[in-house]
Amino acid sequence: MELKTASKLEKILAAGHHAVTSECGPPRGSDPEAIIKKADLIKDHVDAINITDNQTSVTRMCSLAACIRLKLMGLEPVLQMVTRDRNRIALQSDILGAASYDINNVLCLSGDHQSFGDCAQGQNVHDLDSMQLIQAVRFMRDEGKFLGGDEIKRPPQMFVGAAANPFADPFEIRVPRLAKKIAAGVEFIQTQCIYNLDKFEEWMKLVRDRGLHEKVYILAGLTPMKNVGMARYMKKRVPGMDVPDEIIKRLADTPKEKQAEEGIKICIESIERLKEVEGVAGFHIMAIEWEEKVPGIVEAAGLYPRPQVD
Amino acid sequence: MIVADKKPIEEIIEEIKDRERILILGCNECVTVCEAGGKKEVGVLSSALRMYFLNQGREVKIDEVTLERQCDHEYLEEIRDSIDQYDAVVSLACGVGVQFMAEKYRTTPVYPGVNTCFLGATEERGLWTERCQACGSCLLATTGGICPISRCAKRLLNGPCGGSTTGKCEINQDIDCAWQLIVDRLKALEKLDEYEKLAPIKDWSTDRAGGPRKVKREDVQ
Repeated sequence: MELKTASKLEKILAAGHHAVTSECGPPRGSDPEAIIKKADLIKDHVDAINITDNQTSVTRMCSLAACIRLKLMGLEPVLQMVTRDRNRIALQSDILGAASYDINNVLCLSGDHQSFGDCAQGQNVHDLDSMQLIQAVRFMRDEGKFLGGDEIKRPPQMFVGAAANPFADPFEIRVPRLAKKIAAGVEFIQTQCIYNLDKFEEWMKLVRDRGLHEKVYILAGLTPMKNVGMARYMKKRVPGMDVPDEIIKRLADTPKEKQAEEGIKICIESIERLKEVEGVAGFHIMAIEWEEKVPGIVEAAGLYPRPQVD
Repeated sequence: MIVADKKPIEEIIEEIKDRERILILGCNECVTVCEAGGKKEVGVLSSALRMYFLNQGREVKIDEVTLERQCDHEYLEEIRDSIDQYDAVVSLACGVGVQFMAEKYRTTPVYPGVNTCFLGATEERGLWTERCQACGSCLLATTGGICPISRCAKRLLNGPCGGSTTGKCEINQDIDCAWQLIVDRLKALEKLDEYEKLAPIKDWSTDRAGGPRKVKREDVQ
């Protein structure tokens, strides 16, 4: 695929390398050290770092400010944006703000419902949905115009991503839904955490049957389990998460002090297996508040050193 | 219809506890159907308030009237001759009725006796659910007759989100996922291919976003 932006992530994907991204959740406070420390732990082992946008609807430092921190460190941020908290004026405005720092990647999401977070009594916005945000960023970039039609001086040059959950219901529209995001203009996808590899491969087959893997870069999402409690919690409590019983059994059968190691082993094995799946263009490793484990996972999965691109 | 729910009686008492001549005013329309503000509920609330004031050792006059509609000049006029007998009205109509009352009888305080909830339907006795948020620009033609604005917790026009699980919404297992319903319906209509049509960015100016709305029809004026 021809390069459309100055994004390093796009360059790595276009060069045919398996890309590696990870994420950092901003702190619940204003200390920039929190984000700098997390980024330092992973910066040499990933191509780009997502900054989550008030994930699970818990109020945190804004994604944009944390992305600017990464940019100032010379790193490649992926600005996550949810449509829950901002209308089209604020979204476009933040996109321009990010573009002014040459933040070259954006991930368009609808966001968790606010009832999960610390402001359950707040309003949600959803002026746009995630697909419409994809369209909005592409319009701003490609047409050089605001949604209102006026010209943008120095339009944003962002590589546009979105999420896909192969495991949510109804399964039959999971591939059509990806096709719809592609039609909206998405260029890369980071999937929901994959534990059910069989089901993911089934989804990928359907993706390939429609040739969608040639129209979008798909980064497989992975989150190492810290212990069996986390696995059970994710299975039961996290909407749209598919954790097979074998994973829970494997962790439960491991002595408590070795469960973290086993969780990481499962993650590495998953990457090894998914590397062979046609259409998987890379990996998005979401080690939630466990960033220090990312380098080891990347190295053990044979994804280190990271490729250099101009 | 407009669905309302009864306000807690403590809240109503707090508003009217110092009054002496109170009219409890019901409405024979939507709030009667949803059993929140019809003649029956007027009777129940009046009895409870009489009991309260009796226990307080106070003599308070409480009258009961239920109008055909409170959102209509013609019916609201029926209490013009008697309104001055009261120093407070508790209206069990929806918010429209309460406001119409306030606009018409400017010197009589009116208090809401119900919480107006949504536009919905009776699923079964004692269960009402939302169907419409009056966005002012109906898109049901494209969503198989099921409204994602009123029935999806994120009002996604291109849903479902990643939280849809076994037909239920991520926020509550008691809520159907609107997009599961839409997909099922499109399938039943043999129109599932329409799912892939992108819903464009919506013009919300016909919604609450555009300010207080008005429908003006010169042809019927």
